[in-house]
Amino acid sequence: MPTVVIGSARDIVEHCGVPRFVFTDFPLGNPVGHPYRRDMQTEIVRLALGLLETAKAPRTTVQAPFAWKEDPGWRERYNRIRPEDRERLLALGEERRRQRAAAAGRA
Amino acid sequence: MMQAEQPVPYMERTRHYYRALGYPSDYVWAHFDDVPFARLGKPLSQARIALLTTAMPPDFKGVKKVWSGAVSPPPAALFTANLAWDKESTHTEDRGTFLPIEVASELASEGVIGGLTPRFHGVPTEYSHRKTMTEDAPQVLARLRDDGAEAAILCPL
Repeated sequence: MPTVVIGSARDIVEHCGVPRFVFTDFPLGNPVGHPYRRDMQTEIVRLALGLLETAKAPRTTVQAPFAWKEDPGWRERYNRIRPEDRERLLALGEERRRQRAAAAGRA
Repeated sequence: MMQAEQPVPYMERTRHYYRALGYPSDYVWAHFDDVPFARLGKPLSQARIALLTTAMPPDFKGVKKVWSGAVSPPPAALFTANLAWDKESTHTEDRGTFLPIEVASELASEGVIGGLTPRFHGVPTEYSHRKTMTEDAPQVLARLRDDGAEAAILCPL
């Protein structure tokens, strides 16, 4: 089955290895384009369809020629850890593990 | 000339984040030395295309599994809250940003593609490589073949 991925996590997809990949350099969640921008979404889908026709080998990546919006901090934001977050994150992790153990105990 | 921005290193970010949560071992992402490559084998204008999503159905209750929905009429909204997309930087209110049914349908009516399959399919995002490889992927492939899909576009969230 010929396939093409449209995605925004370039490292994860290329580490895995897929036949064809359109990389969109956007925050995770909107791989096909900016919200409510049908024109951009159409161009990105066209790029993916083009790869179905023209790609010659697996691990073919094309980057879509679009940037995210005016939001300079977006790249640093995802899963960021500031010093002041560490205590809270450790507590969050402990709570998750406690809940999972409790759920496993009930199963 | 501005220097090109580097893509966000999600594997490194996530690795550090889960260490900060106190998890003892790092996740191992899937990697394949050999990647399959099936040719389309016919003009795009004659090909029937299927769409795949990692979102869950609107009535999702917590059990992750392969699911299918009709492209016509398209679903208004899908369940995305349990996925690790960037909730601080964007939203998933516009389903077209991750399941482009309307765009693909328009391209079909313009003759760019032969058509869309009557169903799209949803694939769960799992930690377990085994579940994805041995359960979910074969199920999705079977549904694609049932629908006469000749190629598939996957837009992971």
